[in-house]
Amino acid sequence: MDIRHDEGFPETLNQTPRGAWPEDSLARVPYWVYQDEANYEREMRRLFEGATWNFVCLEADIPNRGDYRTNQVGALPVIVVRGPDGQINCFENRCSHRGALIAFDDGGNVQNNFKCVYHAWSYDLAGNLRGIAFERGINGVGGMPKDFCRDNFSPRKLRTTTLCGLVFATLSPDTPPIEDYIGSEVTARLKRVLNRPIRVMGRFTQPLPNNWKLYVENVKDTYHASILHTFLATFRISRLTQGGGVLVSPDGGNHSSYTIAIPEGANAGAYKEQQIRSDNDQFALADPGVLESVEEFGDHIQLQILSVFPGFILQQIHNCLAVRHVVPRGLGKMDLVWTYFGFEDDSAEMYARRLRQQNLVGPAGFISMEDGCVGGFVQRGTAAAADHVSVIEMGGATTESQATRATEASVRGFWKAYRRHMGY
Amino acid sequence: MDVARLVELNAAYARVIDSEQFEAWPELFHDPCLYKVTTADNVARDLPSGIIYAESRGMLHDRISSLRKVNIYERQRYRHIVGLPVVLGQANGAAEVETPFLIVRIMRDGTMDLFATGCYRDKVKPDASGALRFAERIVICDGGRFDTLVAIPF
Repeated sequence: MDIRHDEGFPETLNQTPRGAWPEDSLARVPYWVYQDEANYEREMRRLFEGATWNFVCLEADIPNRGDYRTNQVGALPVIVVRGPDGQINCFENRCSHRGALIAFDDGGNVQNNFKCVYHAWSYDLAGNLRGIAFERGINGVGGMPKDFCRDNFSPRKLRTTTLCGLVFATLSPDTPPIEDYIGSEVTARLKRVLNRPIRVMGRFTQPLPNNWKLYVENVKDTYHASILHTFLATFRISRLTQGGGVLVSPDGGNHSSYTIAIPEGANAGAYKEQQIRSDNDQFALADPGVLESVEEFGDHIQLQILSVFPGFILQQIHNCLAVRHVVPRGLGKMDLVWTYFGFEDDSAEMYARRLRQQNLVGPAGFISMEDGCVGGFVQRGTAAAADHVSVIEMGGATTESQATRATEASVRGFWKAYRRHMGY
Repeated sequence: MDVARLVELNAAYARVIDSEQFEAWPELFHDPCLYKVTTADNVARDLPSGIIYAESRGMLHDRISSLRKVNIYERQRYRHIVGLPVVLGQANGAAEVETPFLIVRIMRDGTMDLFATGCYRDKVKPDASGALRFAERIVICDGGRFDTLVAIPF
């Protein structure tokens, strides 16, 4: 059962710390949401540490017992580890003793336990406090009190769930099962791509000079893609005049947009008529190998961008596949963590093709490069406009799925989910 | 392999990028070639992806025409400081060379940032005219973080 927007939270404020939401409209977003410290703190608690599923790693990252990765759920540092019976555990990366990180590398293997470097308190693979160095002191002197109960001092544990090789975690007991959370339509689009075991091909981090939400909105914004990104439009990878649409989950938070590889027909001249910069006749590739692609999923969808609230993105552009993780780093900063992947059964040709097509995305992506700077342009442009609003009204003021991408339905969907979780 | 000639090649490489003579940059490579920008972490984990990945001089030219005519970003340039090359060996007529680098990014407002450090791992051999050219240049960045965007090659 998909989650609906009207399943409200008990502590709804109906009012933000800055007063009522402008016009109470999903088509209006006040700029203080990217600037307000108290709001940011509230996001960490209510969104990331609340009833949301947060991407923490790929199953492929931790195939064996004791394999772990570290990550962040909002501001919360976490360890994700494969336990003795193959289950995946996740717990706060904070020693119960003095609060130091328990693991400080990106990942690795620990066999049976984690040991904090500071005073050697140790934790099993489920995050239970198991050992305390010199717990009984030396020759009966010092040590911990006899009545100290380790069980009362374990790091906070997160529930985990997996879907198609993705691992998500949540601190809340109330987060619904993952497929209900994502919604059936968007879940089907996720399963469409992640249909067999994957192989990681590379990782890159792109620090961005903007609030995390500006990137998430950009991902959901089907309207900008072929206008800002000349490369997409010029090479007909995605134009609004091509077939396609956007699916938005009933609660608004998750989406999947797609472009279908069919000719534009009568709409072929529309970009010319609109005098859109990205329709660029002056540019041709000397070596089109970057664009050489094959139909891989049997449905003519050549581009699909999918997001799961709050910070997960799955991307298929031709044969270029990646997951992106949005990690807030304070009000005006975030990290975008790219993991490029293929499938374990890729032929050598397909593997080489993916390596070439990876030029399209990432920090230096022919297509995605502009997304690195445009959030910063908004962050700077709105510096003195906290109480002004952006206008997100393409395609109306609602959030339902639409058979066009000349709409901002999925951006409004984000704000619908955001306001629900934040209690606005 | 004469180290002085490698130094000269690296100096020419840094100069064409830092002085924005980008169109001359692909001419320092053989065709076909391999040019890749990746990180020490990906190399250590045997992960093959690059943020830039080119297999031909044509693909290098496409990078340049894209940054000139297509991509949108704030005006910026680089200053390369390239260290001394170490010849690691010879294979198939090419010298295997490693050279450390440091790149400062200068933004249009004058802000200077240490943008990347790392090493170039190269295969260098002469072309038909005897000029040294890169058959392969793998740019291995020490860090895995690429601030905002990478428009100009490393």
